[in-house]
Amino acid sequence: MSIEELLVAVTVFVLAIFVGYLTITRVPPTLHTPLMSGSNAISGIVIVGAIVVAGTVGGLLGAILGVVAVTLATINVVGGYLVTDRMLRMFHRSDDDRQ
Amino acid sequence: MDSASQVFDNVTVAAYIVASVMFIMGLLWLRSPETARAGNRLSALGMLIAVVFTVIDRDIVSYEWIIIGFVVGALIGAVAARQVQLTAMPQMVAIFNGFGGAASAVVAAAQILHQNDSGDVDPVVSVTVALSVLIGSLTFTGSLIAFGKLQGIVATQPVLIPLRHVVVVVMGVGALAMAGLMIIDPSLEWALVAMALIALIVGVLIVIPIGGADMPVVIALLNSYSGLAAAATGFVIDNAMLIIAGSLVGASGLILTRIMTRAMNRSLANVMFGGFGVADSTGVGVPGASAEDRPVRSVNAAEAAIVLGYANSVIFVPGYGLAVAQAQHQVRDLADMLKERGAAVRYAIHPVAGRMPGHMNVLLAEADVPYDELKDLDEINDDFRRADVAVVVGANDVTNPAARTDRSSPIYGMPILNVDQARSAIVMKRSMASGFAGVENELFHLENTMMFFGDARASVEDLITEMKEL
Repeated sequence: MSIEELLVAVTVFVLAIFVGYLTITRVPPTLHTPLMSGSNAISGIVIVGAIVVAGTVGGLLGAILGVVAVTLATINVVGGYLVTDRMLRMFHRSDDDRQ
Repeated sequence: MDSASQVFDNVTVAAYIVASVMFIMGLLWLRSPETARAGNRLSALGMLIAVVFTVIDRDIVSYEWIIIGFVVGALIGAVAARQVQLTAMPQMVAIFNGFGGAASAVVAAAQILHQNDSGDVDPVVSVTVALSVLIGSLTFTGSLIAFGKLQGIVATQPVLIPLRHVVVVVMGVGALAMAGLMIIDPSLEWALVAMALIALIVGVLIVIPIGGADMPVVIALLNSYSGLAAAATGFVIDNAMLIIAGSLVGASGLILTRIMTRAMNRSLANVMFGGFGVADSTGVGVPGASAEDRPVRSVNAAEAAIVLGYANSVIFVPGYGLAVAQAQHQVRDLADMLKERGAAVRYAIHPVAGRMPGHMNVLLAEADVPYDELKDLDEINDDFRRADVAVVVGANDVTNPAARTDRSSPIYGMPILNVDQARSAIVMKRSMASGFAGVENELFHLENTMMFFGDARASVEDLITEMKEL
């Protein structure tokens, strides 16, 4: 990575922290658990790196690390989004009862 | 690079930008329960796009390992998400944080091995690999211990290892030294392994002294770490989407951590040093009388039912005891009966009630309690003095008025729910045992407080039976 590329990456990092801060502070406390499980699914984005490792790094060690990383990240992504959906399905307002 | 693959690369980058935007939009839609579900799906769609465009990338040469990982991971994830009890959600979130951290560490480690094979050493890669492996490893074992504590496999009481602060500092320095070696000479792969091993042990040592009721802070912090590890891995593989997604999660976890520590009026350092409620319980006690010689008013189901039956305004105060007893459905049934009798019913949720942020809200949502009846501390605290009855179900420290008045109390200054200001309070509790902070609850000795001893679920069921008789 050249110094220019590094600076771009750092810029992205700093701006994303700000976007995260501004976005997350608007989430009401009642949704804090789905926020955690949903954001946990997002951190499963490392699946992209895991795919690259599993598909490009050669040798037995590369294969083992790749399959471990893809498996862990997939658990995170699939489990995280599904369980968040399961929780969010249960939230409803009192006037929904009448429908 | 020929022009065809150039175009392909640009398409992949464009797909990654789209995915990043969908993650941010998904989180934005979490600002209301009405749009939250769509937001989560949008985020999941973004993830699908990111995965598909990565898989079809021309650099990928072998698919068998990827497919095995997908199938195994998706099966485990889907079964876990379906089968988990909602009361077990804190441990579920904890272990998923751990998997995320571990995945980041493994990807980063593999990347440096790859770099060593190819021979072109990049210092930026070495530094960020060190960061990712450090954070990811301690997130992994820290989350496993948190999972163990929440699941009851590991002692929930703080486990105090002698000289633990010294041990953690020494090991931390050791890990940094290994990181330094690895950065100076990335071909020293044993340094990478040693660093990872030390970080794994530090993860255990950091979480094991922390008690059960401090778990909301720990889970939020580990959540943040799992995001930061992903962001560090983004630097390793020079992928802006990973940096963006990881930073969002890192920021989210940090904000939740701050909300939790504020709600306990403690610093993050105080929580992380651990041992709260153990070391202090002998030194700082309630001045004067001990538990036995101070009177409490104990009531049975019939007496409590009479008090509730004629109330116009009732506030429920749920705590971890509600989750342990799985009493959320019974509480909702009781609330329905009260509403039929014309009472206004609301729920007061303290930020640190339960074992993770928002724990009570999810449990009550499962029992079909509408979310607009759930009120935060700030929203409802002034209403207690207009309430006829406050019903405390398995909460303790967050209702202790000593936090307002007693400067010698370990919980002094912690924002509490003003249960003592309600016309009367019914406290459902197994025994007079003190809460996590190890202090006696002044609320229990007030004139207007009625102690209703027993398992929360059985107690509420008895109350419902008695209410029907009224």
